[in-house]
Amino acid sequence: MSGTFVGMPAFPEAARGAVHNATLRANLRHATTTIRRKRAVAVAELSDWAELREAGKQIKDHTLRHLDRYLEQLEDAVTAAGGTVHWAADADEANRIVTGLVKATGETEVVKVKSMATQEIGLNEALEAAGIRAYETDLAELIVQLGDDRPSHILVPAIHRNRGEIRDIFRAEMTRWGRPAPDDLTDTPAELAEAARLHLREKFLRTKVGISGANFMVAETGTLVVVESEGNGRMCLTLPETLISVVGIEKTVPTWRDLEVFLQTLPRSSTAERMNPYTSMWTGTTDGDGPRAFHLVLLDNGRTDTLADAVGRQALRCIRCSACLNVCPVYERAGGHAYGSVYPGPIGAILSPQLRGTDSDIDASLPYASTLCGACYEVCPVAIDIPEVLVHLRERVAQGGQVTRAGTKVVLKPARGHAAERAAMRATRWALTHPGAVRAGQRLAARTRRFHPSRLPGPGKAWTATRDLPAVPPESFGDWWKRTNGGTRDERGGSR
Amino acid sequence: MSSRDLILGRVRHALADLADDPAPYAQAVERSYLREHGERTVGQTVALLADNLADYRAVVHRCTGPEVAGTVARLLSARGARTVLVPAGLPPDWSADVTAVRVPDSLSSTAYDLDRADSVITGCAVAVAETGTIVLDGGPGQGRRRITLVPDHHICVVRVPAQVVSSVPQALERLDPARPLTWISGPSATSDIELDRVEGVHGPRTLEVLLVDEQPTPSDHS
Ligand code: SF4
Repeated sequence: MSGTFVGMPAFPEAARGAVHNATLRANLRHATTTIRRKRAVAVAELSDWAELREAGKQIKDHTLRHLDRYLEQLEDAVTAAGGTVHWAADADEANRIVTGLVKATGETEVVKVKSMATQEIGLNEALEAAGIRAYETDLAELIVQLGDDRPSHILVPAIHRNRGEIRDIFRAEMTRWGRPAPDDLTDTPAELAEAARLHLREKFLRTKVGISGANFMVAETGTLVVVESEGNGRMCLTLPETLISVVGIEKTVPTWRDLEVFLQTLPRSSTAERMNPYTSMWTGTTDGDGPRAFHLVLLDNGRTDTLADAVGRQALRCIRCSACLNVCPVYERAGGHAYGSVYPGPIGAILSPQLRGTDSDIDASLPYASTLCGACYEVCPVAIDIPEVLVHLRERVAQGGQVTRAGTKVVLKPARGHAAERAAMRATRWALTHPGAVRAGQRLAARTRRFHPSRLPGPGKAWTATRDLPAVPPESFGDWWKRTNGGTRDERGGSR
Repeated sequence: MSSRDLILGRVRHALADLADDPAPYAQAVERSYLREHGERTVGQTVALLADNLADYRAVVHRCTGPEVAGTVARLLSARGARTVLVPAGLPPDWSADVTAVRVPDSLSSTAYDLDRADSVITGCAVAVAETGTIVLDGGPGQGRRRITLVPDHHICVVRVPAQVVSSVPQALERLDPARPLTWISGPSATSDIELDRVEGVHGPRTLEVLLVDEQPTPSDHS
């Protein structure tokens, strides 16, 4: 349960707040439409996109199918190359291991490159409790950290902040953490980036311990890969004397050659670039170049429980590109914070309830944070059928059933307050096996939109308590997609 | 039980519903995607590299072998560079005309020392045309990873066409995973502020790539 945002309201309440925040919504809409359009162009450049996507899916499925074998192979290869491998069953254990490793160096500060795994386990808080200061070095993470905030997007965590807000945060807060922002700082992006460069450089030059995650781990060679844009990753990976990487066990790929698939699909899916500015690959330690000590912490924290679910395990294929966030009509309106987890958007809606279980209100409501329009599946570079998993998880919340928690099979009772949900579930399942009906239904809902109440009265109340009805977009995503050819054709009519 | 055994045990338990899968990995994945995209002559591939590098805001120059020294010297003085990092194994004629103070890439230099260098000159291991990427592997003339990171100006010399491949799959075939690898596609950048691309946050804010035309020789494949 670590990493839950404590006291987080269930998705509908959190989303309702966000939907009414005009700045947040404007920032999000600008951001997601921009990335969406660019991504479609970058993907269209590769005539074999469908084949790359299928190969990526198969590589990940095969790896998961033999994950025990590949993890052992990875451990051997990393060890042979001079690294040390640690295994962490849950967040607490991972935090203990990392804290212990930092303490053993005698250092009291670390530089960090953006890593969802370390956010998931709440590493910064654990380090702070042990008297160790962790500096986030990704520009967006810096904005989030200085603003005492939560990340809201996988790739652009400060997507909810506009430039004026960022300038205010830099002016007010940088001085508490180190080199202050210049007095005459304006809100032009170039000046803000320069302020961050200077603020962080002194930390990079002096800090002796770096902490990272990784995008991929190659079992055959023991190679870790970090894909980034700003160069803060390279700083954290090469300047410190000790490097600690905390990586989910599902990030493994079998062979060196497998990178040829993901290094093509990941940058185009995430930042819509042919290639991101910097990619670092390292295998253990190298004499005279980079850190002298390298520790790899392999993290389970609910991943093996997810693996035990025949339908849900496909979520472990995720390469965290964030394409599914950018096409999601619910995400675009609700924002990342409403998901109450470091994993927002469609992937968060299927990953968080599996990693953490569905005991809390927020986790039980996440599978409902979707219109099941299917756009997330269309763009996913490893073909995760997010709607399928959503329906599967809804069913489990509504009807209960067998799940695995911390390696043990348990039977969940149906969630209270979801009686109406069970009926709705049967309808959804029918609709999913009859896609034509869903499309017609969505169009009908769009056309009758202005007549919809925000809450259903009577027996439908429990259903609408986890589902805000005005979220029905004026045009269904499928229709929009078809009309604009996936966002590549110009928007017309201005009805959105 | 150790956490290692615990996790591996959970993995095996989680997969118990699946039938045995004895297929070797080579047959497990269907690799029907392309080795490269489109057909091009060698000259067109080099031109594509130049275009894609420039598209991501690297500054591209083309010259012949004998012109390298003059070009490098000109680029450095245009920037007013007073000190330049020169890694071991860099062909001596590349920096022959340099008037700035040369700083060797040495193990004993601190990060603060590197921070005082204005520029760095390196070669590379391979360049990828389709993506506009240069890859450094720490081989001769490339130095430690940090020397191409801390200075604000990086001049990278690419021997064409010998060091140029079309695609990412071809680049990986040429690279040795045991070496520390840095893939560079344009100067560092961020789009974290309202998605406006800003060049140069922490890495070199100016990346200049010299494409040096040479006759291809078979021994150049490294
Ligand atoms: S689920 Fe697919 S689209 Fe979404 S972040 Fe993961 S890989 Fe990307």
